[in-house]
Amino acid sequence: MWLNQFLLLGAVLFCIGVYGVLARRNGVMVLMSIELILNAVNINFIAFGAYHGTPIGQVFALFVIAVAAAEVGVGLAIVLLIYRNRSSIDLESANLLKG
Amino acid sequence: MIASLLAQASQVPFEAPVIDFHALAPEIVLVAFTAVVLLVDVIKLEEAKRLIPGLTGLAMLASLIPVISLALDGADRSLFGGAFVVDNLSLVLQAMFLLTAYVVTLLSSNYLAEGDFWESEFYLMLLSSVLGMVLMCSARDLVSIFVALELLSIPAYMMATWEKRNLRSNEAGLKYYLMGVFASALMLYGMSLLFGVSGSTLLTEIGAAIEGGSSSTPIVTLGIVLVIVGFAFKVSAVPFHTWAPDTYEGAPTPVTAFLAVASKAAGFVALLQLIFVGFLGRTDVIEPLMWVLAAASMTVGNLIALRQTNVVRLLAYSGIAQAGFMLAPLAVSGSNPDDALTAVVTYLLIYAGMNLGAFAVIIAVSRKTRSGEISSLGGLFGYAPGLTVAMTLCLASLAGIPPLGGWFAKFVVFRALTAADTPAGYALAIVVALNSVIAFYYYGLVLKAMWFSPAPDGDTTPIRVPVSLLSALTITVAATVLFGVFPGLIGHFTGNLAGLLSFAGG
Repeated sequence: MWLNQFLLLGAVLFCIGVYGVLARRNGVMVLMSIELILNAVNINFIAFGAYHGTPIGQVFALFVIAVAAAEVGVGLAIVLLIYRNRSSIDLESANLLKG
Repeated sequence: MIASLLAQASQVPFEAPVIDFHALAPEIVLVAFTAVVLLVDVIKLEEAKRLIPGLTGLAMLASLIPVISLALDGADRSLFGGAFVVDNLSLVLQAMFLLTAYVVTLLSSNYLAEGDFWESEFYLMLLSSVLGMVLMCSARDLVSIFVALELLSIPAYMMATWEKRNLRSNEAGLKYYLMGVFASALMLYGMSLLFGVSGSTLLTEIGAAIEGGSSSTPIVTLGIVLVIVGFAFKVSAVPFHTWAPDTYEGAPTPVTAFLAVASKAAGFVALLQLIFVGFLGRTDVIEPLMWVLAAASMTVGNLIALRQTNVVRLLAYSGIAQAGFMLAPLAVSGSNPDDALTAVVTYLLIYAGMNLGAFAVIIAVSRKTRSGEISSLGGLFGYAPGLTVAMTLCLASLAGIPPLGGWFAKFVVFRALTAADTPAGYALAIVVALNSVIAFYYYGLVLKAMWFSPAPDGDTTPIRVPVSLLSALTITVAATVLFGVFPGLIGHFTGNLAGLLSFAGG
């Protein structure tokens, strides 16, 4: 069975994505890192679905793809809004609220 | 693989599943009203602004009708192979979400009309988000929990950013969005592991597969922890709370009220279903995790709340502490499941009333003062005694002073913890008691400013409270007081929740 190789790929993508979210300071790069995590999830779902011989894994992956598209649409809109208002998408500069 | 599936499917005659439309009626009514609101906005343009708040309120109340008729009917219903369940638990929570959303609509209408906001679209977002919450109450399947979570979160990200030209609102939305999306990505990875172990997305089947010590224990543990962490972000439990104060402060205040009450409650609903339907066989993982989350949320939330000067930020940290109180019964979910479930649901219902009431007063007062500082509440008793009394009742209830609702909520949490009769339960009960005492101090600071301090700039013109805000205040304060004076009333709603467990197992 080839399951472990897919899972390994998924785990590596997941770790790269989590590192990107935590370490990157550019709004768009963070969004891309989140996409990496979601793709790791998709690989997992499809691999497990094939392993169990059920289509549920693929169905779930389709749901994840569709919802992630909506999510990124909203995210890019928010990043664009911030870029218009302050000409920067550096997350470090978003520090008006603290305490 | 898809081609082979299609080939298989073409040989099997298609049978349409039997759909119980009564069970789906609350969601259908909401969807229908969402479509109507969208059409009215498109057709009537500027005129729509006067119609849509009323239509939105009507939508919430109209969806309550099927919820009530389902409750009177009393039968548990299960659709789509057990992925969608209507039982006492889901009905009580659906009613709570719809009433909360109705109050939020009342809070929003004047606030939006008087500020620089897009109005009609806001209510569309509110309706979509509430649809997600109502769906979450019935979801007993990973796919439907995920879809419900995103349906309620994505509009909420936009609502937090609604004040487009305000940098603080932008920042609030960005922080909420990034943390929310990261959390749901972690949760999805956990879900994929649980699916891998069990080969199913139904919570009952996952529960059966992970029960006891199987060979894949580390994967199960990792899956459960990641899923719980995903929802810990949603309920703003420490250490996943960092977005909450910033988002609450920067977002428009009615949205803050919505996030602090409805969105947080939705996270708890998901946690309840995951734990009590899915993970009850693995309380060796759940109980310690919940113990740590609950104790950390209560303590950290309360301690940071002590040094806040902005009343919205103070309520944000108090909300984190309250989330800790609500998580506490889950730390005994294995040894005392029935009491723990009832305690969390009771706390959620009462918390919705008292917290919305506090936000309603803040919205009313900031119409005049244009400020969220605690000092701006000074001398409030002199020129707005009614608002002062309402705020006092809500804050005293949040602090847990009898005979108000919050006291009863804390009492059931305490009872669930001690009735479990385990060392961990008693230890957490002590943490709950200590934190209740700390909370008195910062709620007291706000009360002191309102009753005894002079008005900051000597301006004591009375506050004009619009009708919608007044009705919101009446509903929330009445709920806060009634649930405290007649605790039996809430027991009437939550008394037979234990039926959930037996039904989910069958």
